[in-house]
Amino acid sequence: MSVMAAATLPPFQALLDAHGRDVRRFLAATAGPEADDCWQETCLAALRAYPRVSSGENLRGWLFTIAHRKALDAHRGRARRAVPVAAVPERGEPDPPGTWDGEPELWAHVRGLPEKQRGAVVLRHVGDLDYEEIGHAMGTTPEAARRNVFEGLRRLREVWR
Amino acid sequence: MMRTGRELAEAAEGDLEGALRVAGREVEPGAAGDVAGIAADAGLLDVAYAVEPTPVGPVVLAATPRGLVRVGYTDAGADAVLEDLAARLSPRMLEAPARLDPVRRELDEYFAGRRETFAVAVDLTLARGFGRRVLAATQAIPFGQVRSYGDVARTAGSPRAARATGNALGANPIPIVVPCHRVVHASGGIGGYTGGLERKRVLLAVEGREG
Repeated sequence: MSVMAAATLPPFQALLDAHGRDVRRFLAATAGPEADDCWQETCLAALRAYPRVSSGENLRGWLFTIAHRKALDAHRGRARRAVPVAAVPERGEPDPPGTWDGEPELWAHVRGLPEKQRGAVVLRHVGDLDYEEIGHAMGTTPEAARRNVFEGLRRLREVWR
Repeated sequence: MMRTGRELAEAAEGDLEGALRVAGREVEPGAAGDVAGIAADAGLLDVAYAVEPTPVGPVVLAATPRGLVRVGYTDAGADAVLEDLAARLSPRMLEAPARLDPVRRELDEYFAGRRETFAVAVDLTLARGFGRRVLAATQAIPFGQVRSYGDVARTAGSPRAARATGNALGANPIPIVVPCHRVVHASGGIGGYTGGLERKRVLLAVEGREG
């Protein structure tokens, strides 16, 4: 491969071929029934920004960063639309877990985690990103990413066995 | 055998992480959907492409919203053609065969002897200046006829630029559809061709001429 070719961005299709399936799995686990919408939003946002991405960027991490933001938007949108029944949840309280057909109960619990822990746990265990990549995707240090995963697992152990 | 609370906690953590990993691998991805269609609707699909088999080998077909921008022989691999397009046009490229259907149909008809002129819009963005004038002059050569490099140079407005015309044709981004195979030496020699002389002979034979 020539130096010139290495310095340019690959066709966007190459990113989808290499990472699209993993990103869609990540979204299925973290955004549940809204995963398909999140995926489309992720593609559009990524395409919009793509020509300005620096050629040295970790493109897999970059794509997960966008997907993570879209999943957060979906969660926050659902939280805004939700009508509290008994009591107004306190800030930082998890969304109530919900399941849809055929998904393991575990993901419902994962989606009930506070957003930083939820994102970190799913990026780690579904996206298979390392702590540095998770930190990059979530705008935190690798240490904070590790802490978020740890805290998320601690909470999950309380509700899952 | 007694286990300490710490060991139990570690075992529980191990189980949970194991369960997450297993469940993580089993998560079915959501639908890929029609990304190209959504991107096109949002004005974010700069280049749609497909790889199409033809009697002269597989070719990359690529279109911008303005029209067919590239017909690329794949001797060096389709990826090489696609990466070159990403660098020269835009990396916002998606495989979208349905968007190339009209070109594919016309190529099929051409090779089956049922089409003499291509009706699809072409986008000559990849050629500039004199090169673009040469391609425009080449587009006007009718099916089954040939012109000399000097003829094309004259039509392009530079009668003495036969050699530069050859170079411009060699860099034709849209061979077959912009019929550079119809340009030959005035002496009767076949001249050169961007995809190799064997292909030029096949294309001339399609049009009922011996190369």
